[in-house]
Parts: sequence; structure tokens; C-alpha cells
Amino acid sequence: MSVRDDIAARIPGGDAGLIVLILASAYLLYILAGIGLGYDLRGQLNSIATLTFYIGIFAMLSLALNLHWGYTGLFNIGIVGFMAVGVYVMALVSKPVFVAGGAAQVGGLGLPLWVGIIAGMLAAAILGLVVALPALRLRADYLAIVTIAMSEIVRFSFLSGNLQEFNLFGTKVGFGGGSGLILDFVPPLEALFRSVGLWGVYLGFVEAFQAIVPRNPKPVVDGLIYGALLLGFVAVYFWLLKRTGESPFGRVLKAIREDEDVANALGKNTDGFKIKSFMLGCALMGLAGILWLMPQGAVTPNFFRPRVTFFVWIALIIGGAGSNTGSVLGGAVFAAVLYQGPRYFQNLVGTVFPNLDSPSGFGQAISPLISQFDPVPLLLYTVDSIRQLQLVVMGLVLIWLMHNRPEGLLGHRKETASVISLDRPKSMTAADGGTDGEVRTDGGVTEDDSTAAVEGGASDE
Amino acid sequence: MSDAANPPVDDVANEGNDDALGAFASGVETTEQFPLQVEGLRKSFGGITAVDGASFEVEAGTLTGLIGPNGAGKSTTFNLITGMLKPDSGTVTFNGEDITGLEPHEIANRGMVRTFQIARELSDMTVLENMMLAPKQQRGEKLWRSVAPVVRDDVREQEEELLERVWEVLDFFDIDHIAHEYAGNLSGGQRKLLEMARALLTDPDMLLLDEPFAGVNPTLEKKLLTHIHELREQGYTFLLVEHDMDLIMNNCEHVIVLHQGKVLTEGTPDDIRSNEDVIEAYLGGNV
Amino acid sequence: MGIAETYSRGREFAIERPFALVLGVIAAVLLGDLLLGLATGQTQFADIGTLVWDGLMRGLVIGLAGIGLSMTYSILNFANFAHGDYITAGAFSGWATTYLIAGLGRADIGALLLVGAGGSVYGGTIGIGMLSTPLAVVAGIVVAGAFAIALSLGVDRFIFKPVRNEDGITLLITSIGVAFALRYLMQFVFGSDVRGTTAQPPSIGLYLIDGTVFIDAHDITLLVIASGLMIGVHLLLQRTKLGKAMRAMADNQDLALITGIPTERVVRSTWIIGGGLTGIAGYMFILWKGTLGFNDGWLLLLLIFAAVILGGIGSIYGAITGGLVIGLTASMAVLWIPSAFARAAAFVVMIVILLVKPSGLFSGRSTA
Ligand SMILES: Nc1ncnc2c1ncn2[C@@H]1O[C@H](COP(=O)(O)OP(=O)(O)OP(=O)(O)O)[C@@H](O)[C@H]1O
Ligand SMILES: [Mg+2]
Repeated sequence: MSVRDDIAARIPGGDAGLIVLILASAYLLYILAGIGLGYDLRGQLNSIATLTFYIGIFAMLSLALNLHWGYTGLFNIGIVGFMAVGVYVMALVSKPVFVAGGAAQVGGLGLPLWVGIIAGMLAAAILGLVVALPALRLRADYLAIVTIAMSEIVRFSFLSGNLQEFNLFGTKVGFGGGSGLILDFVPPLEALFRSVGLWGVYLGFVEAFQAIVPRNPKPVVDGLIYGALLLGFVAVYFWLLKRTGESPFGRVLKAIREDEDVANALGKNTDGFKIKSFMLGCALMGLAGILWLMPQGAVTPNFFRPRVTFFVWIALIIGGAGSNTGSVLGGAVFAAVLYQGPRYFQNLVGTVFPNLDSPSGFGQAISPLISQFDPVPLLLYTVDSIRQLQLVVMGLVLIWLMHNRPEGLLGHRKETASVISLDRPKSMTAADGGTDGEVRTDGGVTEDDSTAAVEGGASDE
Repeated sequence: MSDAANPPVDDVANEGNDDALGAFASGVETTEQFPLQVEGLRKSFGGITAVDGASFEVEAGTLTGLIGPNGAGKSTTFNLITGMLKPDSGTVTFNGEDITGLEPHEIANRGMVRTFQIARELSDMTVLENMMLAPKQQRGEKLWRSVAPVVRDDVREQEEELLERVWEVLDFFDIDHIAHEYAGNLSGGQRKLLEMARALLTDPDMLLLDEPFAGVNPTLEKKLLTHIHELREQGYTFLLVEHDMDLIMNNCEHVIVLHQGKVLTEGTPDDIRSNEDVIEAYLGGNV
Repeated sequence: MGIAETYSRGREFAIERPFALVLGVIAAVLLGDLLLGLATGQTQFADIGTLVWDGLMRGLVIGLAGIGLSMTYSILNFANFAHGDYITAGAFSGWATTYLIAGLGRADIGALLLVGAGGSVYGGTIGIGMLSTPLAVVAGIVVAGAFAIALSLGVDRFIFKPVRNEDGITLLITSIGVAFALRYLMQFVFGSDVRGTTAQPPSIGLYLIDGTVFIDAHDITLLVIASGLMIGVHLLLQRTKLGKAMRAMADNQDLALITGIPTERVVRSTWIIGGGLTGIAGYMFILWKGTLGFNDGWLLLLLIFAAVILGGIGSIYGAITGGLVIGLTASMAVLWIPSAFARAAAFVVMIVILLVKPSGLFSGRSTA
């Protein structure tokens, strides 16, 4: 446990300073890129909203994974399965009831959105329980295989024609199969504001926004407000998980991560703790999935490929498993640099060099390089394929991190697992001020022991 | 009960600290004469029979030694008693209750706690976190209590009480100066102390100590023994595995000799000292 | 950290007996259902024969690729999630060779080398097949094996070796990074379309009670090559000094180190044998199913993990047996459940095995 250089220590404000600094630079870069792209104000605001959206999503997911891996040592690589179940169950509950001839192939139960969200989270937690009950006693690598297999089972199940439509409580519902599911419930923001009776106020605000964005400001405002809402959720996740971690409950989780047998021998029912931690994390993953897809209008099973799980892991490892602050930071850095960054770069290139004709395949891209030393087609193809290459880069980043900085950006950061500071209480004073600082427990200074009741003494070998 | 308000004193083994330890000795009840009874315990790993029908009893309020050459099955016996391993056959009775096959945490919660031969500190937790983990019935171990706003104040209150106790024990074990250190950075002896301190914080009736003094300096060893005797007088029961014969002979009322998974003999230290079989077992001969 | 203890407790966790009972009941119900289907004529013997044959073929591929995974799992102590992409990489390299040899002069070299990316050339059009272009296929097999060996050695040298002394989880996470980098690099180069690679091979029909089971030339090729390689590995491990060293290392790495077994050489040999089999398995998989896409290896990987765990990590017989069980399960599951869930059924089998016998069927017989 060598003392790695702690980036945060070099920045005024410590962790908070680092988070502010990183977020500020990310936003600044995006605004600069926006200027480069010749975005008008509308474009800039949209780009900020998108960035905020992904920062929020990945921070939430990374926090939830930190509960599993960072705190409890549960190697869950089936994250996307819990997200999928969350979203699909939410859709099932909250989609409007089927009407023949409508746009949607299947309907839902038509219950309010918040009921659907809670149902989705519960479903994710219950799936977590189903996985956890048998698998939590397995070695970490086995749990990994079981969870990823589970997430693929979930995806195949939603893909299958058998769950495409069925009857529930007498209405035609379903998961839509491979062609996807239209999320035709009330838009989330509208539902939120209506439920607190502020929808009119919100519309008024949108109206007022016309001063800044004259034409159709609603999508812009929606995006920004939804982004802000997600940051609010990040704050709630952070608060919840910080409290969970900094408590006797979190202490037991940490002990389980370190050595489950010890926790068990000290009278902690480790299985119970692991199941609770796993289910809570799964519910939070389900919610993050819901928040990600709820505003997208539609959902298809193939969105939930294992690569999403991989994204979350990279985010967590960037930030440093075990630390909630790190998780948020990792989520933000991942979203801004690795996830959205390449796409922006692609847009930027597209704007700077409009009407570029990039080759349709690697063959057309590489042959000019070989025959005429012309690298341009290959470069164009590279930019055009950035969404695939982005995953290559992420893979390399993960390898680099595991080689060079497995403890993450923040260094070896551990948040103390207790409700209070563990310093010596003020009411107590050190009982042995005189010998402070000396190594006395083994092979150290010998002192008079007036109360030695043992005759013969102990022999040392 | 606590000496928290007492002025600091120079000698580490002073009376004030003894009282501090007394704070967690409360609630010990001696109902049975033999709280731990082991009957025909057997366990084999593949071809090796590590414990082969061992039967013995441990008398309440005693410091009983469990000795035997390397590989005699002492640690395995501990594992079987405390539920870390399930016996192939045989029963373990604790305070009149059959605890065979219970989970380790269930056994620990009935008041029997063990330490490990190879100290198993929780490396990435500080000494303080290690210690705070141990006490039983912590309110905050319920997730909702730790999270919910008002209820968390109860948890905080209890944490404050626990913290005082933890510091008292840290002082007593003389590891207060490394309280904030990660347990993984401790020396072997310090880890042993941490283990014993942690075990005591669970408020057990009975402690099973597996070679607790390995790596601990002689002075501290002496001091610990003194306190083990004090605790024993207060009603705690100890079962102690130790290779140091002098230590066993000088401190234990009763000694059980394990050899090849069976109880070879048992009795007072004097009986054992003069027993031919024991000498032979230790010399490696077949009995 | 006491994994063994936690783990043996886990096994005893009240699942052993009741679980076995439940499993027995389920098996009986499934069998009864099958027999009923046969009796009423709803299911035909020939259908079952076809599925069994299909499962057998699939099982051979899984088993062959599984040997490599099992060896690295036990000798290097980590679950290599990049293994699936070694399969794909072997397949692409081998098929590029086959295309090149079979199609030289008939199509653009670039298109051939990219295995007809973007529909530039079709395997069927060139008439690729074991009987029609034997040389191209054999060369493809050799290149697939050689490329996978080179790839796994290279990845080991530069990526796994520096972290080999860390715990298995560090290596596992690293291998996930390797997997994604490889997979999407292949997509970048070869495109994301699934292409047909072979012309329809000739087949013979075997009459089975109420219908015909067709067996084609590529089935036979797979059968011959896979069994040949499996026997070869068996002989290698049993008869050679290297094999003994590998078995010793799988059993106990520290002990092997003390007794002076050249660890690094054993590790290298492991990658060579495992990588070679994996590359060839990838090639044969494509030859047998007739299509190739950049996701093929990854999708197969989870089934391979299932097979390896089922058979017991470290045992090559286990990997083969596990492969056959998983292959048969994935194929035959359609007799009872919708085909969309067939793959899920194989995973369920794996999970059940993890619960009932986490050490696998051939446990305690490392690499033997
Ligand atoms: N988990 C296990 N798997 C296989 N064999 C084991 C296991 N645990 C213990 N053994 C074997 O059982 C026998 C008894 O071991 P045990 O650790 O109980 O002895 P011990 O009396 O504590 O020895 P020591 O004085 O060296 O600590 C030994 O031969 C040991 O190798
Ligand atoms: Mg021992």
C-alpha cells in the first residue's frame, strides 16, 4: 500500500476542488468544441444538456456498482441486466392501456409513472435476490460468470417472440420482442411537474425562455431540466450510499469484502448483509436504467448489451473502487472523455471538413494507403467508425489503469466506515502519555510489570 | 464502570485499565459447570482424518489448554466447534445447547468467539474500524437505521458509546498508537493483539484462542496472561491452543492433549508433565 | 482469504440433498414429456436425432475451445474473458487465408483478405468447402491456430505478464479490457456484418425410424479434427515431461516453483497449446455453421465458461465432457422450450452445476 501520489492533495479544496475542477474543465471543453462547431446558443445548450445527462447516468451507475464491488466485494458484471429489467417492468406498468389501432403494438397497465418506477426498481432488486441467493456464496470469478450470464439471459428473454405480447389483468401487454417497445407514457418531466401541480409554471418558464431561444425552446429546456434532475438523483444516490457506507452496516460490508469468514466469526450474518447490499445496488441500477431510457421514447433489448456493464466498470475503476467521491468523479470523467468525447470529436471533424466522403469499409480505406501512400481515406474511415474505436480505446484505458493505477484517479482513498469520527473521544485522555510513539507491542521496549501474577513467567522462543 | 474520567496514569498495567476491561466482562453468567462439551468429533479432508473422534469438556471459568504436536488437529477442532467447518460426525454443546452445524455467526452470537492461528486482520480497514466492527447488537447494522434521518441519531449515540469502549480496549492492549493505521500494515504480533482485542469486544462468555501469543513480545504476553486470569476469575472461560509448554503448564488449570485427532490424555499440568504418552507423542513416536 | 472454507460451507448450504431431488424430478418430467411427444407422434425420432447431432457438433467446438480456457484458468488462476475474442481472431485470420487461396484471381485481394467485408465477395460464390477447396480449408486451419497462438502470446507478454502477480480479479478485469479492444478492433477492420462463408457442403442422409438425419462434409471434418486434437492433447499431457510440469503447476503453483519447474516456460506452453486449439476451434466453428461475425466468439464464450466450470476447471476431460453437455443442452432445449431460450437453458445448467457441485464433474483431476 505505497503512498501513491494523491491528485486531490495537489488541488485547492481537495476532493470537492477536484470534482469542481474536472466538471468545469469538461464543460469548458464542450463549450469550446461547440464554438468550434459553430453552434448557436441552442446547440450549446443542447450539448451541455447531453453532457450533463451522461455524467448523471454514469455517476449513478458507478455509485451503485461501488456499493457492490467497492464496499462489499461482490463482482457483478451483469449490471445491464438489472437496468433492463428496471426499464421493461417500468414500461409494462406505466405504458397506457392497449387500444386497437394505436401506434403501440402492445399496451401497459396504465398506472402512474412513479408506480412504474418503483415497480421497476423492485423488479431489479428481486432479480438481484434471485441471483444472489444461490450465487453469493460463490467465488468472485464465479459470481462474475453467473451475473453476466444472467444479463444475457435477460436480453435474450426480452428479444424472444414469446414475451412480445401477452395478457395481464385482461389487457394486452408485452415487451415488444426484438423490434422494441414504444415508451408512450406521459413524458417524465410533464408527469413530475403535473404531480406537484407545477406544470403550468413550467410551461410559463419555457415560454419565458423564448427570450433566449426564440424558436421552439421546449426541447432545449426539457433537456437542461432533465439533466439537472439527474444531477439531483446523483446527489441522492451519493447521500444514500455515503450513509450506507459510513455506518455499522457499511462496516460489516467492508469486513465482508476483506475477509468474510472473520465477519462471520464475529457474529455477523454475512449472507444477510450481502443480500441486502446486492439488492439495494440492483434497485439503484434499475433506477439508473429507467432514468436513462425513460426520455428516449423507445427501448430495444439490444441496447442492453454487456458493453454497458463494461462502461460502468471503467467509470468505477477510473474513479477508484471503494470511494463514493471517486465513483462520481469516475462517472463524470468517463461520460465526458471516453463516452461523449469521441462523438464530439467526430462532429467536430464533420463540421470543419464538411462533405467529406469517407470510405464505406476498411478495404477502401486502407488500399489508397498501400498503393499511393494516401492516408486520408483511412483517417476518414477512422473518424467515421469512432463509435467502434471508442470501445477499443476504452479497453486499452482499462488495461492501462489495471497496470498503472488500479486504485483509480483519487489514489488509495478509503472512506471511514463509521457514523462518527473515530478519533479518541475528547472525554478520554491517553492512558499512557509517557510511552507514546514507541513500538511496544512486539519486540519493543520492555517496561516494569508490577502486576505480573504469573510465576515462572513466559519463555520466549 | 468506566474509568473514562480517571486521570491518566503511567503504568500501562494499572488498575484503572483493569476496570476498563471489566466493563466488557459484565453480563457473564456461569450457569453450567461445563459450558463447552465436545462429543466424538470427526472430520476428514480427503484421505487425512484431521480430527478423529475427539471428546472433551471445558469447565466454566477455567483457562484450559489444548496442546498437541503440529498437525494434531487443534485448529481443525476450533473450526469444528465454531462452525467454520461442519463435522462429519459428533456433537458440540455450548451452554447446554447443541450447536453442531450452526453457522459461525450463530455460534458467536451465543457467546463463543475464536481467534485465528494466522491472524486474519481486515487489511484495508483501520485498526479502529476493525475494532468497531466487533461489538454485537449494533443498531446501525440495520440498513434503514443507518440511513433514515432521525433514527441515525440513535446509531450515532451507540457509536459514541462503542468508541469509548474501543479506545479503552486499545489502550489496554497497548495498540492505541496504531489506532488509525490500516490493519494490513501491522506487524505479526500487533495483528495477534488486534484479533484478541476484537474478539473481546464481542462480549463473549467463552474465548477460543489459537496460539494468541505467537509474535507478541514477552512483556505484553505476560500482561495479557495477567488479564486473561483476571477475566477468568470474573467468569470468562478460555480454551487456549499454545505450543509453549511452560506457558501452558504455568497458566492452565486443565490441559487436554490432542494427538492425531484424538484426545490422548487430559488432566492437570502436573499429570501431563509426567505422562509418558505425551512425551512420546511430542517426540514423534507412534502411540 | 479462506475461499476454500467459505466455499465448502457454501456447498453444504442445505442445497445438496433437496436440490438433487428437485433436479431428479425435473429431469423425470422432461423425459416423460419427451416420451409422451414421441408416443403421440408430436416429436419425431429424426428430429431428436438431428438435434443430438447438432448438439454434438456444437459440443465439440465448445470442448475444443474450452480446453484452452480451462488450462489458462487453472495454471494462471484467472478467468480469461478475452478467450472468446481469441476464437474470433483465429476465425478471421483463418478465413482470410481460406478466402485468399480459394478466391485468388477471381476477386479483389483486399476483399478476400477482409473475408468479404461489406458483401464484396461471398464464400458461397467462391465455392468454399472442405471437399471443393480442401487446400484452402487446411491452410485456413493452420493459420487460424498459428495466429491465435501469436495473439495469445503477445497479449500475455505485454498485457497479462505485468500484472500476473496480482490477484485473479485484477487479471480478470484486465482481460475484459483486452476482450473489448480486440472485438471492436476486429469490427473496425472486418465490419459488423455477418457473412456467409461456405457453399452448401454435400451431405448424406441417415434414416432414423421416422425420418432422415443429415450429416454433411463439414460435420465430419469437425468431428475428425476435434477428436484428433483432443487425443493429441491427451497424449501430450500424459506422455511428455512438459505435460507433467503443466499438471504439477495447475495443482500447486508454489510447489511447482519450489521443485524447479520452469514456470515461465510452462506458462508459454499453456498459451501455445490453449491458443492453438482455440484458434482452430474458432475456424472449425465457422466452417461448421457457415457464417462469420465479429461477435461469434464472445457469444460462444459464456457457453465455454459453462462447459469449463461444469467439467471442473483445469481438467481437459472435464472441458470436453462439459462442452458436450452444454452443446447438447443448447441444441436439445428447443424440444421443451422456445428456441429463444435455448441459450438461456445452457446458462441455467451452468448455474445449477455451480450450486450443486461448484468444483465441477472432474474436480481434483487437474489438467488430466
Ligand atoms: N482445509 C484443509 N484441507 C485439507 N487438510 C487440512 C485442512 N485443514 C487441516 N488439514 C489437515 O488436518 C491436519 C490437522 O491440521 P490442524 O491445522 O488442525 O493441526 P494443528 O494441530 O492446528 O497444527 P499446528 O500446531 O501446526 O497449528 C493436518 O494434517 C492438516 O494438514
Ligand atoms: Mg493450528
